[in-house]
Amino acid sequence: MMAKGILGKKLGMTQIFNADGFLIPVTVIEAGPCTVVQKKTEDTDSYNAVQLGFGDKRERLFTKPLKGHFAKANVKPKRYLKEIRFEPNEDFAKLNVGDEVRVDIFSEGEKVDVTGKSKGKGFQGSIKRHGQGRGPMSHGSKYHRRVGSLGSIDPARVFKGRKLPGRMGGDRRTIQNLEVVKVDVDRNLLLVKGAVPGPKGSLVIVRNAVKG
Amino acid sequence: MDVIRAIEQEQMRSDLPDFRVGDTVRVHVKVVEGSNERIQVFEGIVLRRMGSGLREYFTVRKVSQGVGVERTFPVHSPRIAAVEVVRQGRVRRARLYYLRERHGKAARIKERRRS
Repeated sequence: MMAKGILGKKLGMTQIFNADGFLIPVTVIEAGPCTVVQKKTEDTDSYNAVQLGFGDKRERLFTKPLKGHFAKANVKPKRYLKEIRFEPNEDFAKLNVGDEVRVDIFSEGEKVDVTGKSKGKGFQGSIKRHGQGRGPMSHGSKYHRRVGSLGSIDPARVFKGRKLPGRMGGDRRTIQNLEVVKVDVDRNLLLVKGAVPGPKGSLVIVRNAVKG
Repeated sequence: MDVIRAIEQEQMRSDLPDFRVGDTVRVHVKVVEGSNERIQVFEGIVLRRMGSGLREYFTVRKVSQGVGVERTFPVHSPRIAAVEVVRQGRVRRARLYYLRERHGKAARIKERRRS
């Protein structure tokens, strides 16, 4: 199995008809082109990875250290920087600083893992956040959507990890084994079956499936 | 958003004739049986058209052996080989659900004069 990956922007969802005429829900990802900004090897960094840059940002918004980092690689400053790790002797090991990674590294029918930052939901109760049930809404019940028992009274404290209300969403999440339905090299588009974490316009990392 | 609209636009088909609610149509549906494919015709009255763009659907109702049968098709589905408009109907509403409670003569629809 070859390690490969690309950075992209989630554009939104739609449906497309497949060859059999079935409608398939797809997420449209504008993936790449990414530039290799840095290459890390076992000798220098004790692991192998390529650092990919993706997206544009106004020049003056970059800090001086970052500008220096991009100048060293002799590439235009990029908005996002993420590393994709690989094992030596794979295709990604042949990439050099300044090379471009495009959507054509993926083909139709392949399985991919997609990582993104899920939509922030704010402070939510335990029903929405953990899927707990609620009490009766009527018949004299005054117990509606509150948290249940906090545990036994003997330890005289609440154990760590108790499911309680709190901040929900905004976490880094990976959805595994999504099928690549279509690759559009001209428009740098990747159509992936199913939903992907994050709001529209957010950064997603598309990698080949670990369990593929 | 424009990219998504473009992707949807690519799949939309323009070869089907215009048909409205109340029209009698013959829908030629591609049916896969085992390994071979054949075309089945479903003829009836268009009960409704719902949705827009790529996600537009229409429902056709016919009475087969005394039993009402309704089938909903995506307008832009590649499974539809052709749609023929047999008769244009004059109706005064967008959803003809009232036809479900009527049989025989009461379920007739006046013909629309072609303008």
